[in-house]
Amino acid sequence: MALAFTALTSLLLIAIFIFKEGVPFIARVGFKDFLLSSDWRPQAGHFGIYPMIIASLLVTFGAMLVGAPLGIACAVFLNEFVSKPATRIIKPTIELLAGIPSVVYGFIGVVVVAPLIRSQFGGPGLSMLCASLILGVMVLPTIISISTDVLASVPNAYREGALALGATRWQSVHMVILKAGRSGIVAAVILGMGRAIGETMAVIMVAGNTVQLPHSALDSVCTLTAKIAMEMGSATGPHRQALFAIGVVLFLMIMMFNALAMSAIKQRFAGK
Amino acid sequence: MDIAIQISNLDLFYGAFHALKNVNLAIEQRKITALIGPSGCGKSTLLRALNRMNDLIPGCRTTGAVLLEDKDIYGPAIDVCELRKKVGMVFQRPNPFPLSIRDNVTFGLRVAGRKNNASLDDTIEKSLQDAWLWEQVKDKLDNLALELPLDQQQRLCIARVLAVEPDVILMDEPCSALDPISTAKIEELMLELRRRYTIAIVTHNMQQAARISDYSAYMLLGEMIEFGVTTQIFENPKDKRTEDYITGRYG
Repeated sequence: MALAFTALTSLLLIAIFIFKEGVPFIARVGFKDFLLSSDWRPQAGHFGIYPMIIASLLVTFGAMLVGAPLGIACAVFLNEFVSKPATRIIKPTIELLAGIPSVVYGFIGVVVVAPLIRSQFGGPGLSMLCASLILGVMVLPTIISISTDVLASVPNAYREGALALGATRWQSVHMVILKAGRSGIVAAVILGMGRAIGETMAVIMVAGNTVQLPHSALDSVCTLTAKIAMEMGSATGPHRQALFAIGVVLFLMIMMFNALAMSAIKQRFAGK
Repeated sequence: MDIAIQISNLDLFYGAFHALKNVNLAIEQRKITALIGPSGCGKSTLLRALNRMNDLIPGCRTTGAVLLEDKDIYGPAIDVCELRKKVGMVFQRPNPFPLSIRDNVTFGLRVAGRKNNASLDDTIEKSLQDAWLWEQVKDKLDNLALELPLDQQQRLCIARVLAVEPDVILMDEPCSALDPISTAKIEELMLELRRRYTIAIVTHNMQQAARISDYSAYMLLGEMIEFGVTTQIFENPKDKRTEDYITGRYG
């Protein structure tokens, strides 16, 4: 009880602290100049984070383009086409992926993926594309693990009903099972998005970290999280407050993703 | 008499468990054949052997033959999906898909490659009418099927099977989740469907078997004990074990 309360309180205090430091700053600089300006020159008093918001969203979106299809396909395969004993080995192995430190993913990105992109497509290599690919793999455990649970909870009667009407296994999956589990799978993807947008270390290593509005997937970008992590050590005064304000923006984005996921899950249980 | 399905020397094993023992049975066309017997006697297993739903159970093995149109459905050249289109199934608990009423009815046709468009409208109406559901749902075909009351859900499951125009309909205790009034309606519907379809039904309810079936088969511990015209089975059983079950001394 006391422990639970301590944990909750510390979470609450973190939130309060971030907001206390960040919100007055946003109020002072102005909503528009903070969120919608592209001018980030802390020494000159310009704190526009628009390119970083866009970079974070695009990298996250790109990660979902990679991670969602792979993750959902893997969950379907594990749940519908692999025998139960094999699943019992494969699934924990996938969940183990979540335990690999993100710096290791970043390392793989720097030494394998980025040079590959540079030689195949040109550009600096350390880019939005590279970050999306690495993050796409990093969110797989989240998406696979939740989607597998969702698919496992779809009543067997649906499978039998579909097969008894002459459906192939694959038809029963995409015409019935995925539709029955749709909201749960949406929730899995949204939680994966929350994980992707909050990821920092791997992104710093592979995204290139140039504050600019990207024109193509091969451009170097700087995300919100990367900005905070790189500058927090040396920032003082308004610059430091600006980084806290970025934290507020991230906090709200992730809260929004989680709220969306929750409502998707609730809808799923209301539908039954 | 015309035989729809001829079962000969059928043995079925779940791993080491011998679930069906040398079963022989002829299911006549456009009649209702009831499979009766105590729980665990293998009647559901036998029914599910007729559209190979038992294939889904790991470790299930079958020997013997089940002839549909003179072809063994366990033979090498059989497409299981085609078989299941010819031999439809209605389950114990109504299991409409979490889709619209329309998409439920057209499911079997879409599986067979038909596009989901207005060309299916006639089939939808006819199937629902044949399942006595058209009047209740004609104005809400795009509503979710799961919003229907349970007995209408079960009739939707019947309509879904009828849309594929099967030869045989298998019913696995189709009324066990329903109240007596809904049960009576489904029974009446089955008698109507018998004009055009061959029906095999598993039932726990002996009155139900007596009311609707033309033939009855009594099973016990995986064996076919007695098969005959329903009135004979119920009024004048030849086997002592059948008599014990019918009169309530056993099971």
